[in-house]
Amino acid sequence: MIEISEVSKAYGAGKARFMALNNVSVSVAQNEFFTLLGPSGCGKTTLLRVIAGFVDPTEGTVTMDGDNLLALPPHRRPVNTVFQNYALFPHLTVRQNIAFGLEMLGKPKTEITDTVEEMMALVQMEGMADRQTSQISGGQQQRVALARALAPKPKVLLLDEPLSALDFKLRKSMQIELKRLQTETGITFIFVTHDQEEALTMSDRIAVMHAGSIRQIGPPREIYDHPAERFVADFIGDTNFLPVKIVTAQGSEAQVELGSGNRVAARLNNAHNGGDVTTLAVRPEHARVVPEADGLMTGRLSNLVYFGTDTHYHVDLDDGIRFVVRVQNNTDMARVAAQGDRIGVTFPAGVGQVLRD
Amino acid sequence: MNNLARIRERRENRNRWLLLTPALVILIFAASGPLLITLVYSFLTAGDYGGVKWEFSTDAWFNVFFQRDIFDDTLSFADAHLSIFWRSVKLSLLTTLGAVVLGFPTAYFIATRPKHHRDFWMLLIMIPFWTNLLIRTFAVMELIRNEGTLNTFLMTIGVIDAPLQILFTETAIIIGMLYVYLPLMVLPLYASMERLDFSLIEAGYDLYASRVSVLRRIILPLVKPGLIAGSILVFVPSLGAYVTPRVMGGGKQLMLGNLIELQFGQGRNWPLGAALSITLLAIVMVALLFYVRVAGREGGGHG
Repeated sequence: MIEISEVSKAYGAGKARFMALNNVSVSVAQNEFFTLLGPSGCGKTTLLRVIAGFVDPTEGTVTMDGDNLLALPPHRRPVNTVFQNYALFPHLTVRQNIAFGLEMLGKPKTEITDTVEEMMALVQMEGMADRQTSQISGGQQQRVALARALAPKPKVLLLDEPLSALDFKLRKSMQIELKRLQTETGITFIFVTHDQEEALTMSDRIAVMHAGSIRQIGPPREIYDHPAERFVADFIGDTNFLPVKIVTAQGSEAQVELGSGNRVAARLNNAHNGGDVTTLAVRPEHARVVPEADGLMTGRLSNLVYFGTDTHYHVDLDDGIRFVVRVQNNTDMARVAAQGDRIGVTFPAGVGQVLRD
Repeated sequence: MNNLARIRERRENRNRWLLLTPALVILIFAASGPLLITLVYSFLTAGDYGGVKWEFSTDAWFNVFFQRDIFDDTLSFADAHLSIFWRSVKLSLLTTLGAVVLGFPTAYFIATRPKHHRDFWMLLIMIPFWTNLLIRTFAVMELIRNEGTLNTFLMTIGVIDAPLQILFTETAIIIGMLYVYLPLMVLPLYASMERLDFSLIEAGYDLYASRVSVLRRIILPLVKPGLIAGSILVFVPSLGAYVTPRVMGGGKQLMLGNLIELQFGQGRNWPLGAALSITLLAIVMVALLFYVRVAGREGGGHG
């Protein structure tokens, strides 16, 4: 539905030239909850603004249902934005804010009234219509911003870190709320965030961005379980990185040799040959602490960090690498080891991910 | 305990009055006092060589609005005064309008520059303020007089054959006042535009508003306080302007300020001058009330 193809955006010239977007291509399907995820300055907001029409790309094309979107000024594009600071009109009431887009489209009065009521119900803001936007809470402003953007029934809704200003509890409930709204309205959502958890819980697909380009696109589970490269593995969730040498590589499976000399089967996400030296990513919750004799790798337990639901074991491996193992806490769990003990670390075959670099 | 609290309260009260004293002194001696004197003078009889005689009289107020024919004592409206009132109000309104038309884009331009450039632009706006009013007025005069820069230029490029008579007309007064008072419009407008959240403008475009709609529905209501302040700052001194109409109008196109000056000067009719001054004050107050009410109704929506 939205087809972004080889889009680049450069600021400045010569030595000061800065590529905010570097050859970005992505297509978003009808009725998809698509998330652009990345640290600040990665270009995700720039990409959103290219779609909205506030930034003209230096190169590339953006089409919607086959129509060239770049030829249209922002106010003619069938997309609406939920801004990071909401950008509610302070001189208008809640109702007038929500009605603004419909009025600009020249809809008949009765239709505007009906749609506004419908939107107020959708975001559960009934009875607040005549409040000033300064008289409602942050969470309510968020809902009004959503209702205002949804009221004209855009084909695509762009959301620029809309939850970042809310407190933790409210953010959690708004995540579920957003997902519900997206399913109910059937509108395509393109959501920008730097919060990996937000991305994982809500998205149908995630595009992880870094330094102006997309590093990996896929469903949340795939992004988390099979990160393609170090940046993705590092940015999403906690990860242990181990230098490994590939012994054999076949299809998506590889035998790798760890620093300890032991070999283990791992998943191959990229093209690699036997003999290549690369990085293996292992999630802390996928590894286990075992007696020294049973370990794939051995080391000294340097720290035990209690988190309530689980405990993190920080192990200094013999080759000098810090390895973290996350163990879920049980009430009847016997203590495995004490700080300073020699200990073994192991993980099942196929759990480690061989990264691109 | 109770006693202590009372003492402290009394001391605080005294301190409050002490702190208010400078402002009160200024208000009484510089604002209310002269106004009161003017009001009293307007009900006295004119002295033979200026000044006033302490005899109660309503002649001055009568003469503000009416005149008695010298020969047959018939009453008629004081046409000369009324036409000067009308001209003052008209020229001041036109000046205010012109200041909005010129000042709004100027303020918008400055407010949309990068932060470190804005001070420079504001400096350019302020520079004329550092020059004497008379010098500035004579500079404008040089621009528009018959052999002046504008006419010479237009004649050289062949747009006109004979010089345009701008100087000593009402147009000249408007141009002069516009030049003098424009910064007073730009400053408050800029102040409210600088605080304008430009993501609101993007939100407007995002919600299908055209450029005109964004200006009318979003920018104008939000900078309205600056617009009102600017209009008042331009309109009020324009109404009482004295130097500019005198120089640019060549003494033929009198405004209220000149009329008042005339009564205190050559006219030697202080009570009439005082009455005219109070009338000017009344016009300003009525205009302000009217303007604030109208402006308040437009943007307030349901307010």
